[in-house]
Amino acid sequence: MREINVSDITQTVADLFLQANYVIGEDVMDALQSAANQEPSPLGKHVLEQLMENNRAGADESLCVCQDTGLSVLFLTIGQEVHLTGGSLEDAVNAGVRKAYTEGYLRKSVVIDPLFHRKNTGDNTPCVQHVRIVPGDKVHILAIAKGFGSENMSRLTMLVPAAGVEGVTDFIVETVRLSGPNACPPLVVGVGLGGSFELAALMAKRATSLPLTRKHKDPRYAALEDELLKRINALGIGPAGYGGATTALKVHIITAPTHIAGLPVAVNICCHVARHAEATL
Amino acid sequence: MEKHIQLPLTEETVRDLQAGDRVLLTGSVITGRDAAHKRLIALLEEGKPLPVNLLGETIYYVGPAPARPGQAVGPAGPTSSYRMDAYTPRLLALGLKGMIGKGERGAEVIEAMKEYGAVYFGAVGGSAVLISRSIETSEVLAYPDLGPEAIHRFTIKDFPAVVVIDSQGNDLYQQGPQLYRKTDL
Ligand code: SF4
Repeated sequence: MREINVSDITQTVADLFLQANYVIGEDVMDALQSAANQEPSPLGKHVLEQLMENNRAGADESLCVCQDTGLSVLFLTIGQEVHLTGGSLEDAVNAGVRKAYTEGYLRKSVVIDPLFHRKNTGDNTPCVQHVRIVPGDKVHILAIAKGFGSENMSRLTMLVPAAGVEGVTDFIVETVRLSGPNACPPLVVGVGLGGSFELAALMAKRATSLPLTRKHKDPRYAALEDELLKRINALGIGPAGYGGATTALKVHIITAPTHIAGLPVAVNICCHVARHAEATL
Repeated sequence: MEKHIQLPLTEETVRDLQAGDRVLLTGSVITGRDAAHKRLIALLEEGKPLPVNLLGETIYYVGPAPARPGQAVGPAGPTSSYRMDAYTPRLLALGLKGMIGKGERGAEVIEAMKEYGAVYFGAVGGSAVLISRSIETSEVLAYPDLGPEAIHRFTIKDFPAVVVIDSQGNDLYQQGPQLYRKTDL
């Protein structure tokens, strides 16, 4: 048994959300640069250059790159040899979110009730937590700050197996077409294929946080990711939706076994500020 | 190159601006998001006066992040405009001349913009730090209880934007993608 005090988790969560909001990953910066080099639309190229300049300023001055600092979503992977001490894990994670958002000049964007009482909780809590128990004695924390301009453009459908590759492709491309300029293109498109209704959505969310340089291990899915990116960029939506060849930077697919009668497809749209950070304790 | 535009917008400037124009806006704007719009419309329904005169105004759809000491505002990029669509035609009828946001507008908003003569500017979503550098002062005009969603007045200098929908109803979100769409895939 390895003991970890939950106060360490609080501090790590706080650090991760500051990092995610201030510093855009090198993979995203590289993808923006190569998109700018190839973008045929002058206005589109100008937008991509503005985004890079903005992200550099955020990192240099410790400012959040976007004012929508998001709903805080965490994937916690906990080794079954770990004994967590010092209090509730869930509370400790929320305390980390509270610390980052109140001390780090991040916007608080959470309301306590979705329908009848949309009152801001004032500290961006509660966050959304997904916990998995795995072998080992480590704790891995993935922190995602999810803006809702893009979250609101996400969709899920339960296709019939006969829909096949074509049905899956059409649904994903149509989801991006419908999002138009609203989700702040260029996008990172996370796709969850298979599993159950809720697992598809979880995989899609997880997919938005994969490094942009990652390719699917299965060559059939790697080819599908490339084909989807080509189809999405052929829509012409372009940077900020002003028209151009850069509508998405990457499509990531995560799959899971599913039921004989089903083909769940979830598409989680993420904007170019694909903010996430991770750490292992 | 960019056109330098002085706010408040005049009828003539509104007529001149064309979808696709890059502009730098200087002057002052008011801010508001869904929650503030809802309250303004509720006042109109009750026949009560608004806390701000909309005649000739430009509104920026924004809820900034908190300012660090010494800053007028924190990072302050645009929010999605479609959430304001249900309220916008009534504000245009009261003389609102400009809107700054991101994303599509509904057909009714575009019709009202043509009828009353108004412009919709796009600011680049996610370029919140750059935009905040063009905001020089900020004060709360109404609804301080809404926090970042309160109605503020910002004075701005060289605020970077693009004309997305002009007063003739031309829409860059339609025209731009048409130019770059590939149909042979
Ligand atoms: S969609 Fe992303 S870039 Fe656009 S405003 Fe929201 S968080 Fe910012």
